[in-house]
Order: sequence, then structure tokens, then C-alpha cells
Amino acid sequence: MTLEVLRFALHGLAANKLRSGLTTLGILIGVGAVIMLVAVGNGSSQQVQKNIERLGTNTLTVMPSTSGGRGGGGGGLARLLRGGSGGAAQQTGPRAQAKNLTVDDARALADAKSAPSVKSVSPVVTASSANATYEGTAHAIQQFVGTYPAYFEASNAPVARGTYFTADDVLNGRKVVVIGNTVAEDLFGTVDPVGRQITVSGVNFTVVGVLKTKGSSGFQDADDVAIAPLPAVQQSLTGYGALNQIVVQATSPKAVDTAQSEVTGILNQRHGISGSNAADFQILNQATLQSAISSSSRTFTVLLGAVAAISLLVGGIGITNIMLVTVTERTREIGIRKAIGAPKGAILGQFLVEATVLSLLGGLLGVAAGVIGSRFTVVGVQPVIVPSSIALALGVSVAIGLFFGGYPANRAAKLRPIEALRHE
Amino acid sequence: MTTVLDVQDVTKVYGAGDTAVHALRGIRLTVDEGDYVAIMGASGSGKSTLMNILGCLDVPTGGRYLLDGLDVGALDDRRLAVLRNRRIGFVFQSFNLIPRMSALANVELPLAYGGVKAPERRRRALAALAQVGLADRVGHEPNELSGGQQQRIAVARALVTSPALLLADEPTGNLDTRSTEDVLGVLDRLSADGRTIVLITHEDDVAARAKRVIRLVDGRVVEDRRAAPVAGPPPGPAEAEVRNR
Ligand SMILES: Nc1ncnc2c1ncn2[C@@H]1O[C@H](COP(=O)(O)OP(=O)(O)OP(=O)(O)O)[C@@H](O)[C@H]1O
Ligand SMILES: [Mg+2]
Repeated sequence: MTLEVLRFALHGLAANKLRSGLTTLGILIGVGAVIMLVAVGNGSSQQVQKNIERLGTNTLTVMPSTSGGRGGGGGGLARLLRGGSGGAAQQTGPRAQAKNLTVDDARALADAKSAPSVKSVSPVVTASSANATYEGTAHAIQQFVGTYPAYFEASNAPVARGTYFTADDVLNGRKVVVIGNTVAEDLFGTVDPVGRQITVSGVNFTVVGVLKTKGSSGFQDADDVAIAPLPAVQQSLTGYGALNQIVVQATSPKAVDTAQSEVTGILNQRHGISGSNAADFQILNQATLQSAISSSSRTFTVLLGAVAAISLLVGGIGITNIMLVTVTERTREIGIRKAIGAPKGAILGQFLVEATVLSLLGGLLGVAAGVIGSRFTVVGVQPVIVPSSIALALGVSVAIGLFFGGYPANRAAKLRPIEALRHE
Repeated sequence: MTTVLDVQDVTKVYGAGDTAVHALRGIRLTVDEGDYVAIMGASGSGKSTLMNILGCLDVPTGGRYLLDGLDVGALDDRRLAVLRNRRIGFVFQSFNLIPRMSALANVELPLAYGGVKAPERRRRALAALAQVGLADRVGHEPNELSGGQQQRIAVARALVTSPALLLADEPTGNLDTRSTEDVLGVLDRLSADGRTIVLITHEDDVAARAKRVIRLVDGRVVEDRRAAPVAGPPPGPAEAEVRNR
């Protein structure tokens, strides 16, 4: 009997192939969209995550703060020792008392006794838009970084060709540079840049290495950089003023938070910040950044999923509609079947199976479409399928079939035979 | 002799209040096993209403109706379905075959709902089709068959479960003379085999083939005439011819 009911249902579907096909298509698109869009959202959030990891997960970036700072006194000494200028900026700036980040600060942070969780410290100065030329070819380097060799590891920037510069290069203020891939391509084309000289603001730098490609992270081309020893950059481009950043690498990802408090402690002491005084520096913690970004990308995924869920709902309404039409149209047939002794369950079962087959078939095809579609990159994002989205989409589509198919089917099954037979 | 149908003061009212239609105003009727009854009457006299109640397709407003001694009004939905499936074969004026299903599948349908296994089902359906002379049309769908052929398939479907009672509401109403003769021939044979038949007709020459003729007027039985004994064979075409003259 159950088998018969199944057969009647399939027969009913086959009798109206186009209609069944279109209904299936509605569910197919709904389920496929859910799987696909959730996969795109998931893929893009994983991509963002990877980008952040590329920046280095266990690093802290210390930057001068844009607000607060009332330290006062003492800063002059550091500048005096460095023999640099830069004090002028401080006198005329809005926060006359705030102190800049100095190489001495960096050195203090590198003290293994007071900051045991710190693995390396790299003071950083950056010149933006430095004009570089090589044999007549010119290129404006987005970021020209002056730092220590530890920076390469801390910022997760390995070289693809050539070598890094060394601590010796830094000490001797040699004019060597490691360039990003974009710079290499723009200036040298197919020529191997290693060992050649480029001119940056009138100063010659010898290229010792080319960085591995990082790819663009959002609006910034991470490969449009050049990294040179700190003194060389200070001398030729930025001057001996304040540092733009101090990049601190913690001993392990777990030690990042301890490292942060150690760094905060040391800098507070050195800058004379206590209690009510707001700090004149800020520390960017990659882990914090990461969780902030991943929560926003989760929102993005949920949003995409919601859009897809709506299309699944529309598909479900399609099934309801078709089942209503089918049942109404075949009320007479239902009357005939009841007149020759079909029990209520058989009628109900037949239409429920029809609705379920439609939604299940649509759902399975939708899963196939979603899985296949997720193999292609969509607007630069490689979708990553979330397995639970498959189960959910399929479950929802079948539930829709059962629920919305059940209503008209139940109404039909409850009719008295004569009522159904009289139906026009 | 056992009583197949026992109708006790059955009434049927459609609608309510001012617009209420009293289609049946107290019908008393018993039909014995093997009888062949023709119900006649003017249009609107309540023939179809009575037939639908006899076939358990509708429920009476008042009174009792016993089928094989069983009070139909006391049965629940599920047991009514079994009753319709096993005890009653119903033939409609408008054939009521299921479209896009072969003749064989249509005839097999009651057996399928009755839970008969596929090979047995096929054998019995083919036998029923042979009985109505359509063994060569089993694969055809209703829209590929003439009206007479469709009605004979409907008869085959009605008798495939070997029901105690065969009910036919104007089975020849939509058919020409030749097709009418085909269908009546089948009914004659079934009657001769001892099957109980109740049919509705407007035509005297169809009624003349029955063993008993009942006339309804305004929902009441006004005439109940026996033309042939219950135990004997039906009058048949030849005798009917003579009587009509
Ligand atoms: N579903 C219904 N709702 C309301 N009134 C109905 C309904 N069915 C039948 N009637 C009324 O009941 C009365 C009897 O109808 P019925 O169909 O039994 O007549 P009939 O004897 O079969 O007529 P015919 O020979 O034309 O088929 C008629 O007056 C009809 O209008
Ligand atoms: Mg009628």
C-alpha cells in the first residue's frame, strides 16, 4: 500500500512535468543560494583572517596616541641623545607635553628582564610615497619603511629572492633595501633587481632582496613597499625625528597579552604616565583586531545567509502554491479515489509524498548546485562551504514541503467523497 | 434469502432554513441479494441523492441505512473506506475514470487500495476487463477510448473487487444505443451470475431489463413493481423488447 501511494505520487508528478520542474527549480535556487552565499561569506571571512595572520598574529604595534598625553619633561633628553630635531613639532602640536616614541623606548622594550614575553622589538619609521627611479623608470613607493631586521619576522614578510639586510647593515647605516614585488615589477620588469641600485630621493640604495608577494589587503597594495635599515632611511628620507611605530613581537601568540601589559608598563614609566594621565601612545594588538574583524565578517555572512533564506522561502511558497493548485485541480480525482475506497491516509500520503519529492529533489539538486558553484571564485573570494548550511537548507526545504504540502493535502483528504466529486 | 440493502425512513435535506431542499422525505426500501433494481423518476425527484447514500458517498439527514446488516451511520471514516472498497461498486453517469492512467491501472485501483498484491491485482483486473469485453484495450488511457468503452471500464472497476452491491447512476445516460446495449449486456450477465444491482435510469427500455422497478416522486417511493423473480435470470433484451411493445 505504501508503495502504491508512492507510485501514485510519482505518477502525479510525471503527469505535470513542466510544473513539477519549475517548482523544483524554485527550491533548487533557494537551497543553492543558501549554500553558495553562506560559503562566500565564510570564504571571505577566512580570507580576511588569513590576511590578518599574514600581518603576524603575535605582534603588537605601538604608535603615538592621537589623544591624551600629559607626561611633561624628560622627553627632551631622549631627543638630545639622538641628536635629532623633531622637538619643534612637539612644541607647536596640540599636545605640547606628549612624548614621542624613540629608539630608546624601543631599546627599553627589548630588555629581557623587564619584558620577558617580548621576543623582538623593531623601531619603525615610514616615508609614504617615496619616489624611486631605476635607469629612468620611476615609481612612487607607497610605503618606504626604515627598521631593524627583526621586522621581517614580526611582520611576517619573508623574502622570495636575495636576502634580508642584517644588523650589521643597520649599525653601519648601509644604504641597502629589500623591495616588495610591485616595486620590483614596476622598476625592473623582468630584470632581476637583486644587486642593482635604485635612487630614492637622490640617495642610492642597493637592492638586496625582493619580498614574497602578500597580495592586496583591501585598499592597500601590501607589495608596494620597500624596507631599509632604520638609520639609512632616517638619514635620507625622514630625518631623525620620532618613530612612527615600534613593532613588538611576543614570544608566542599566547604571550601577546602579557607582552602588551609589559610594554604598557615600561612605556608608562618612561613617559611618566600614571593614574589620571592618558597615555601618549597606543598599542595595537593583532589578536584584538582579528576578533573585531571576524565578528564583522560574521555579520556579513549572516546577512548573506538571510538574503538566501528569503529566496528559499520564496521557493517554499512556490511549492505551497503548486500543491494548492494541484489539490484543487484534482479534487474530482480525489473524490473518485475516495469513492472506490481510498482511505484518508492514502490520499494524504499521496500529496505529501508529491510535495516532499518536489522539495527533496529541488533540495538535493540545490545542494549539488551550491557545492559545484562553490568551487569557483566569486568576486575574488574562494567560497568555503559550511557543512551545517547544507543540512539546514535541505532540512528547511523538506520541512517546507511537508508543512505547506500538508495543509492542502489534509484539506483534500478530509472531504466527503460526494463533495469532492461535485467539485468543478 | 439475505437482505443486502435495508433503508429505514431515510431523509435528506440540503441547506437550511428558507432555502432548505427536502430531497428525500422518508425512503423505506429493502433489496435482497441477487435482485436487479431500476430506480426511475423525474429529474430532481431524489434518485441520485438516494444512490449516493446507498453508495456511502453521502450521509442521510435522518433515518438508518443497513448494508449487509451493518449500520453504516455508526461507522468511522476508515471503516467506511473499507466498506466502499470491498462491498460496493459504483458506476457514474460521467464515467469518472482517472485521466492519464491506463485502463488496466484504473481497474487495478480499488484492488491497490484494498491491499491486494501486484500480480494478483493484475490477474483480477485483466479478468474484469475481459468480462466487459475490453481485454484488447488494457493499455489505453481514458481519452483514447469511446464513451461506451470508458463506461465498460468503469463497470470493470466497479466489479473487480467482487462487491456485494453494484450501484449505477444513469450508466447509459451519456451513451448512444450501441454502447448502451454493450453496458446493459454486461449488467445482464452480472445479474445472471447473482450479483445485486441497483441502477438509475430515465429510459423505459433500460428499466425493462431490470427485475424490479421503483419510481420516485419528490423524494418518496410511489411505485415498486416486480417484473421478474429475484432468484431467476433478468428479463434480458429479447423479453424486454416484447414487454415494451
Ligand atoms: N448538493 C446539493 N445541494 C443542494 N441541493 C441539492 C444538492 N444535490 C441535489 N440537490 C437537490 O435535491 C433534489 C434532488 O436531486 P437529485 O440529484 O437527487 O435528483 P435526481 O433525481 O438525480 O435528478 P436527475 O434525474 O436530474 O439526475 C433536487 O431538487 C436538487 O436540486
Ligand atoms: Mg441524478
